[in-house]
Amino acid sequence: MTFQQPKIDTSPKVSDEIRKTTCYMCACRCGINVHLKKDTAGEMQVAYIEGNRDHPVNKGVLCAKGSAGIMQHLSPARLRAPMKRTGPRGSGEFEEISWDEAYDIAVKWLKPIRDTAPEKLAFFTGRDQSQSFTSWWAQAFGTPNYAAHGGFCSVNMAAAGIYTMGGAFWEFGQPDWDRTKLFMLFGVAEDHDSNPIKMGLGKLKKRGAKVIGVNPIRSGYNAIADEWVGITPGTDGLFILSLVHCLMKAGKVDLPYLAQFTNAPVLVNEDPDSAEFGLLLTTEDGKHMVIDRATGKPAAFDAPGVRPDLAGTLRKAGVTHRSVFQHMAEKYLDDAYAPETVAAQIGLPANRINRIAADLARVAFDEAIEIDQPWTDFRGTRHEKMIGRPVSFHAMRGISAHSNGFQTCRALHILQILLGSVETPGGMRFKPPYPKPATAHPKPHCKVSPGKPLDGPHLGFTHGPDDLCLTADGKPARIDKAFTWENPMSSHGMMHMVISNAHAGDPYKIDTLFMYMANMAWNSSMNTSGVMKMLSDKDETGEYVIPHIIYSDAYSSEMVAFADLILPDTTYLERHDCISLLDRPICEADAAADAIRWPVVEPDRNVKGFQSALIDLGARLGLPGFVTETGAQKFKDYADYIINHERRPGVGPLAGWRVGVAEGQSTLQHGRGGPNPAQLDEYIKNGGFWVGHIPDEALYYKPWNMAYQDWAVKIGLFDKPAPYIFSLWCEPLRRFQLAAEGHGTRQPPDHLRERIKATLDPLPIWYPPLEDGHVDPVEYPIHALTQRPMAMYHSWGSQNAWLRQIHGRNPLYVPTKLWQQHNFVEGDWARVTSVHGEITVPVAHMAALNEDTIWTWNAIGKRKGAWALENDAPETTKGFLLNHLIHELLPARGDGLRWSNSDPITGQAAWFDLRVKIEKVRSPGHSYPDIPAQTSPVGHGPARVSQKVGK
Amino acid sequence: MTELPASTMKKLGLVIDLDTCVGCHACVTSCKGWNTENYGAALSDKDAYGADPVGSFLNRIHSFEIQPETGPAQTVHFPKSCLHCEDAPCVTVCPTGASYKRVEDGIVLVNETDCIGCGLCAWACPYGAREMDPVEQVMKKCTLCVDRIYNENLPEEDRQPACVRTCPAGARHFGDLGDPDSDVSRLVAERGGFDLMPEQGTKPVNKYLPPRPKDEQIDVLAPFLEPVAATPSGFLGWLDKALEKL
Repeated sequence: MTFQQPKIDTSPKVSDEIRKTTCYMCACRCGINVHLKKDTAGEMQVAYIEGNRDHPVNKGVLCAKGSAGIMQHLSPARLRAPMKRTGPRGSGEFEEISWDEAYDIAVKWLKPIRDTAPEKLAFFTGRDQSQSFTSWWAQAFGTPNYAAHGGFCSVNMAAAGIYTMGGAFWEFGQPDWDRTKLFMLFGVAEDHDSNPIKMGLGKLKKRGAKVIGVNPIRSGYNAIADEWVGITPGTDGLFILSLVHCLMKAGKVDLPYLAQFTNAPVLVNEDPDSAEFGLLLTTEDGKHMVIDRATGKPAAFDAPGVRPDLAGTLRKAGVTHRSVFQHMAEKYLDDAYAPETVAAQIGLPANRINRIAADLARVAFDEAIEIDQPWTDFRGTRHEKMIGRPVSFHAMRGISAHSNGFQTCRALHILQILLGSVETPGGMRFKPPYPKPATAHPKPHCKVSPGKPLDGPHLGFTHGPDDLCLTADGKPARIDKAFTWENPMSSHGMMHMVISNAHAGDPYKIDTLFMYMANMAWNSSMNTSGVMKMLSDKDETGEYVIPHIIYSDAYSSEMVAFADLILPDTTYLERHDCISLLDRPICEADAAADAIRWPVVEPDRNVKGFQSALIDLGARLGLPGFVTETGAQKFKDYADYIINHERRPGVGPLAGWRVGVAEGQSTLQHGRGGPNPAQLDEYIKNGGFWVGHIPDEALYYKPWNMAYQDWAVKIGLFDKPAPYIFSLWCEPLRRFQLAAEGHGTRQPPDHLRERIKATLDPLPIWYPPLEDGHVDPVEYPIHALTQRPMAMYHSWGSQNAWLRQIHGRNPLYVPTKLWQQHNFVEGDWARVTSVHGEITVPVAHMAALNEDTIWTWNAIGKRKGAWALENDAPETTKGFLLNHLIHELLPARGDGLRWSNSDPITGQAAWFDLRVKIEKVRSPGHSYPDIPAQTSPVGHGPARVSQKVGK
Repeated sequence: MTELPASTMKKLGLVIDLDTCVGCHACVTSCKGWNTENYGAALSDKDAYGADPVGSFLNRIHSFEIQPETGPAQTVHFPKSCLHCEDAPCVTVCPTGASYKRVEDGIVLVNETDCIGCGLCAWACPYGAREMDPVEQVMKKCTLCVDRIYNENLPEEDRQPACVRTCPAGARHFGDLGDPDSDVSRLVAERGGFDLMPEQGTKPVNKYLPPRPKDEQIDVLAPFLEPVAATPSGFLGWLDKALEKL
């Protein structure tokens, strides 16, 4: 039939209003435009979410999670009101109560603790984006037991970066995406820094720049890598140090850069009998000492005009001192790091390691770039150009979640620095408030006084034994044993140890466990079944071993079921937040930036932003800072705090639109300034964020560039210029080693001495993952990993009707060699056994995978009754967690000790050290272990979803 | 049966770069978000929180593995939506005229008021690019965001399909493939863009850009880095000379 084309409306109204806020579908913090439409009742409803084009993080794009935000906002798993537990712990049986009753219960538990023993509160806040606020609350309460989730995430990466060069990746720094010519990506969680990495990869692809992916699994980003290095898990450090070996041996290192901007020329004490053995020589006023090549004489590293000598030596008071660089040459030129030596262990041919080293050298030195931009360094030397080494790197959990992760992350930074590619064009660039060296961060504090605040911030950077958090009798001061001899540089705390230590009463018993946004009864804990038992265990008197548990979450997670008191949080579209320069801001390499969330819609439930609840609770407990002089509540809510709190005079949570004075008139200014009652309105007008651009002269060489230093002081990042040099030689590590060798008054326990000597080397080393020394690699020959998909953030995604259709199942992916060896066919099941436990799970074949590695998507498996899913949802029947196979302690090996399954330096959870064996089994039809259902306090989701606000 | 126009004034479509797509599914949910709220019936989900959730999507990512003769296996992420074929079998098969191809731009649409939900078009489409909505029982397919690309209520820079606007890696491009001078046509020419299953004779408008060669074999004879010294002391000798030259 002849067809009459219908007329359609190609210009329908898009929405009634756009409100711009910050996404929270993961920790990326992209800007979003939330389109609102009036529903049939005339109420504004969220209709559509897209990326904000003006936003510094995502520049308009938005990932799968962000684009499905509406289904998270409308999730059936949203909690509706405060609740108190009515059934046994873990049952999920609750009754809804008022906020007043909830606060009364919390105060009844917390007030006596604060007055007598504040350490009996353990307050840990998970994937918190308000740590500068929550830590301030915990400090006012007086407990030493506060941290967020860094200890089980990527503290190795963050701490290694800050100790080495004053910043790491992600919110600390990023590749110079516009100029880099060779990009090497080591294992990352694909949901982290998600849009910026994808945008960056897109830029590289457009220019035809080369991407090398180093990851046992070739999914996601590695799928588009021009070259895939399917490395053996846990050997990244060895691979990197072999590259270092090749580059040094060929003299392909940036000598001027090393001499000027690092401690490579600083002199090291070489007298084995000295109490300063292995420490860096200093001048009388405490400056690191170098030999000035111009005069041949010793000088402070930063003296005007000094030309530090990489080959310097000095004999002083009978002691020989040689430069750090000479120590590096000795260490890394050794054949122990030669490609031929390490190839088999890494799982790569030796010539491939040589080739990659040659690629790095060629691009860094033969394809160097120059920018005609003069700048002046901290020695007063003017440089006419900015020289770039266009090689860049990015890494995250893949290399850090091992027990050798800290040294591996350090090794990667050493490689970057040897190439002269940190803070130079085409390399890696810091984002404000970084660069900021470990010495500019606080030290950890743990001094408890009943009824009083803690003596300072909980978390920080230790520089030697004196900074450890130990009690007078040498016992751990913190419940997680952070900053002790077992893990002296645990800068982010160790959230993964809190529950097991509290359950064991080691180092002491606690009264109340207070957590926020951390699914510790499920995917965020090692040994999930064990942790659920610890949370619900009773003592001989019939009381719970952990007496009280308070938990705040927006959704009905697995952890909710184990709490006694629930403080229901809002969704991300219903809340105030500040993504603050005091915390983990949204800065870019070219600019300082911060952002807010604000309630683009009001909650339709009796819920409250957790931070506002903490403010109420702080006032009811009379915590200093939370009450006025008359004892009244100081801040109405979190928004009021964001506007009016000042951390230092003139420096508050948000840097934009503060009040200053110019020519006698009050004026709005950025960076420093007094509180502005209309500050949040200004942010809202500007799209939810503030950006302050870095001047051109200050864009690179930031740690040494006086133009940057002056700019940073002006906007309030620090109070006076603080240039520094990179620490190739990490002296704090050496101070702990010296103690282990018997020097000093604060001494480690004897059983830890040898481990400290072996692992806390001041130059990066590689040692096999510690599990290899406790588990028979012949019996358990397979490496087992998890990763998170780009379309899911932790456990949150499964409550999202759209996202769970993308990632509703998580088979165990098995490489071809093992697939054939075990005669697997599609639809088969396997029993996977570690020395700690076993799981039975569905398998699937994957060819693009290291031949000795199996893996699955993390946190797709769910407990029945959680997340408002039906009890027969595939997440509960076929989904599973590898966590059941991983213990927070390593297996006993006959020395009478149980060693922590963590990095011995930072305490980072060593998730990826796991070794297993597999066998084919008859399909049980259901994954094992099959944890009994929890009652859902919010019921189950609707059978059908037809999401449409407009007609 | 329904007639196709003899020719269309433009051939609007997508160019999808398989060398750049990381398989993140941003296009999938962004598409679902826009199109559930806009053109036609909502894109529904049945058993949304249950054992077998089935929802309609206009765009999905499939992931494949390739095992080359030499070198390691590769992963390819393959986004798939309606290709707005010039000879669209889904249109000619439609018994009611609900499926049609627009004369002005070549977009293939379903006029939902005329759709009887017979499913013939989905059966006729060799790409599996049409999906019956599980709740509304009406045929859903990519509209190329016909209600965005001309929409005067949107800023001009946003007048592109939701999937293109959101793609973080920039792997999706939109334009007139009938105009040889358009950016998308040039991209296709430069990168060797190809038709999906050309043997089906559907003349798809959308094009795919192939993945670039990967994991090139190492030339075992290629020169490695030349050592400056064999021992640490030799290295120091080199270092001293090198520092003198600076």
